[in-house]
Amino acid sequence: MPQYKFIVASLLTLFLAGCGSQSIPDPDPADTAYGSEGADTDSYGDGGLGAGEAIDYDPTAGELTNIIYFDFDSSELRPEDTDVVARHAMQLAGNSGLSVRLEGHADERGSREYNIGLGERRSQTVRRMLLIQGASAAQISTVSFGEERPAALGSDESAYAQNRRVEIKYTN
Amino acid sequence: MLKNIVSTLLIAALLLGTVRAELDIEITQGAGKRTPVAVVPFGWDSTTSDMPLDVAEVISNDLTRSGRFAPIAVDDMLQKPVDGADVDFDDWSILGVEAVVVGRVTQTGDNSYSVQFQLFDVFGRDQLVGYRMPASRGTMRRVAHRAADMIYEKLTGIKGVFDTKVAYVTAQPRGDGKLYSLIVSDQDGENEFTIMESTDPIMSPAWSPDSRRLAYVSFENNKSSIFVQTLRTGNRIQVSSKPGINGAPAFSPDGRQLVITLGGIDGNLDIYVLDINSREAKRVTTHRAIDTEGSWSPDGRHIYFTSDRSGGPQIYRVSVTGSSPERVTFEGSYNARPRLSPDGSRLAMVHNDRGNFRIAVLDMRRNDLLVLSTGGQDESPSFAPNSDTLIYATRQGRDGVLETVSADGLIRQRLASGQGDVREPVWSPFQRF
Repeated sequence: MPQYKFIVASLLTLFLAGCGSQSIPDPDPADTAYGSEGADTDSYGDGGLGAGEAIDYDPTAGELTNIIYFDFDSSELRPEDTDVVARHAMQLAGNSGLSVRLEGHADERGSREYNIGLGERRSQTVRRMLLIQGASAAQISTVSFGEERPAALGSDESAYAQNRRVEIKYTN
Repeated sequence: MLKNIVSTLLIAALLLGTVRAELDIEITQGAGKRTPVAVVPFGWDSTTSDMPLDVAEVISNDLTRSGRFAPIAVDDMLQKPVDGADVDFDDWSILGVEAVVVGRVTQTGDNSYSVQFQLFDVFGRDQLVGYRMPASRGTMRRVAHRAADMIYEKLTGIKGVFDTKVAYVTAQPRGDGKLYSLIVSDQDGENEFTIMESTDPIMSPAWSPDSRRLAYVSFENNKSSIFVQTLRTGNRIQVSSKPGINGAPAFSPDGRQLVITLGGIDGNLDIYVLDINSREAKRVTTHRAIDTEGSWSPDGRHIYFTSDRSGGPQIYRVSVTGSSPERVTFEGSYNARPRLSPDGSRLAMVHNDRGNFRIAVLDMRRNDLLVLSTGGQDESPSFAPNSDTLIYATRQGRDGVLETVSADGLIRQRLASGQGDVREPVWSPFQRF
């Protein structure tokens, strides 16, 4: 199954390439167990099984996004985003020199100043989660742009969904 | 001098490429019957120079734009008198014209003129109003609008608002982002003047009662601040820049205070009254909901505001001392951005009308709600100082454009812009000379 192995290897490479500062360490270049170069030697009965090892799920692995999206008329974090916010909290808690600006946004529907309020409510959701998980108040500022800085143009639900967001911007 | 284009939808479409004024006006919906009138070209006594401004054309355009009058073409006129004594009522009666305006401009000095006009009732064969006003080249357009205001009031019983201004915000693509501009123009789109420009958003302009200052929100340096800027000098002062949200300013009727929204570090938006001189902010509402978009009652004793304390946004009223907030709107799931008419009789708002955000007006005495606009994303209603007309923002394709509508919903005009996305129009108070 040489092709299959090649795909696995490529995915692994992509995965590693996408890791941020807290990524798993680069694999030892000498370790070619998953290298595609091995394809030619792949024949029946080749070698025995190694000892293997258990793998833990590591929530700090993978690319850390700086944008949190929200449902229509909601300032609740989506379940899948709690880990993302937790990782930002860990970064902030672990480095008091870091600071963030939380930029809240709303979709374009309705009144502009009320939308400022909706964007701020979303920023505050993220702020509270960061504080609970160890970031300090001095590290966090919030601003709401309401509907004034849309990420996506257009007046349909897919544009609205991209605009209901909080952007976590590191300022230090 | 920018050329004013006033026309029907069709003609506006044909001329669109040649237009230079930022806002061009087309009447999209007029009153059932428009009264035929005549504005005769004004007399001018000099043979060595041209009249500084075609005053009759300005008056005629104003009357046309009101949606209530149909001035006849100059070519159709059987006589062109410049003095009341020369008006032949039979000549106008034959044409079916109900009212005639005549007048003249006289030069009285190097840069001083006298503008006089007379309005006649053709059937009554009588003068309704006559007036003479001093003017300079710089003020002549305002003098013409002032004459149109007097003519309009005599013929309709409603104060004219031709000599007023509109402030609005535009956003145009600039590099990776946008250039936001705060602009003031005459209400017919002429004389647009950029008050402030920024690559960060500008929001929520508000006129002072004397029309000399604008308050607005600016996001310079990635935080919101409230500024008050004097139009004549361009000087501006930052009046509120507290942590968190500083937003939604509106001048008190005496011009000394602003109602504003502050969010604080924990982002709980509440209504405050800010003394402009002392910068002292007094809290008016205390609620964990979003309280914002404060607006004064004409007597300065109450503040109307948007709050989602009941779940969705609705409009509430509270005394400036903060006591006993009461809910004002009950129809529909979304009512926001209250603005009371200067006469206190009507409350304009953004209303969710079966999924469309539209401008609606609540009759405060009869307590019924009239939806005035027809778009899906209409916002920012603002009353003209005569309480008879509103201006608001609507969408044309992706861009915002401005529309005006009479408070009874019968007459509607679109002010098409040549410059990107136009939003947040606010109508000035009556101007003083």
